[in-house]
Amino acid sequence: MDFERMLRMALTPVDPPESLQRRVETTLQELTDAAVDELEGWELSSMRDPRNWVRPVVATAVGASAGTALVVLRVRQERRKRAAQSRNPLDLAQRTLRAAAGEARKLARRD
Amino acid sequence: MDRSDKARLDAAFTELYRAHLRDVYSYAFYRVGNHHDAEDLTEQTFLQAYRHFERAQAESDGRPLRPWLIRIAHNLAANLYRDRSRRPQTPLDDTTMLSALHTTEDLVEGRDELARIIEGIQKLPDERRDALIMRFALGMDNREIARAMGKTDGATKVLLHRAIKQLEGIVTPA
Repeated sequence: MDFERMLRMALTPVDPPESLQRRVETTLQELTDAAVDELEGWELSSMRDPRNWVRPVVATAVGASAGTALVVLRVRQERRKRAAQSRNPLDLAQRTLRAAAGEARKLARRD
Repeated sequence: MDRSDKARLDAAFTELYRAHLRDVYSYAFYRVGNHHDAEDLTEQTFLQAYRHFERAQAESDGRPLRPWLIRIAHNLAANLYRDRSRRPQTPLDDTTMLSALHTTEDLVEGRDELARIIEGIQKLPDERRDALIMRFALGMDNREIARAMGKTDGATKVLLHRAIKQLEGIVTPA
């Protein structure tokens, strides 16, 4: 397989855990609250309104066969759990690959 | 700055945060090699970004701010390791890779190669490793990477080429 393609696979983007999103948003919220205290009259509605902190939606673009897409989607669903359990990137990668292989086997048995 | 300016600035920062949280976290994760430090680095990056956002936006002249954001993360990571006097672990993960692998055999075969790539990336000099993370994990083009690393486009192209060649040499069995 093409080396750059393998490299792209090895360095697949990682979704941040939800706890981190909450943490960053809370910290930024506190920052803006402090700014309000210091600078009266500032309008911080866009930062304060939780509706403006909607979680980023990650589009899933799978340009492969339906079977592969199904594997990817199923593996994706478990990603947060694996990420939480993993000790480091290599461990996460191995968990992901094991999960993917398991899903692929299930699909193969079904066909 | 009046109220409406501040509201516009905060709204713009919110958009930046939404659009690039995943980029910053991915960079941080592959850069530091574990979730705990990656979370700290991501949070610090956005705090720093928020503090300097107005100026960055004014100076960006309409250009995308992702390179600026990644540069903050890049500098913070360098400081982190300078302070701790240690080198990061390494990178790798995940699933979009699987879209290209159609069989169980491919997956099993790919695991070994991916593990070698991850180990190989660990052995690269910091600058080369960072350039590879930006290119392959974040999908940044040469110009974006150049801005993030404070280099020229030409120097970035050479850096990436050498990084790939060195990694290939490490990964490919003699």
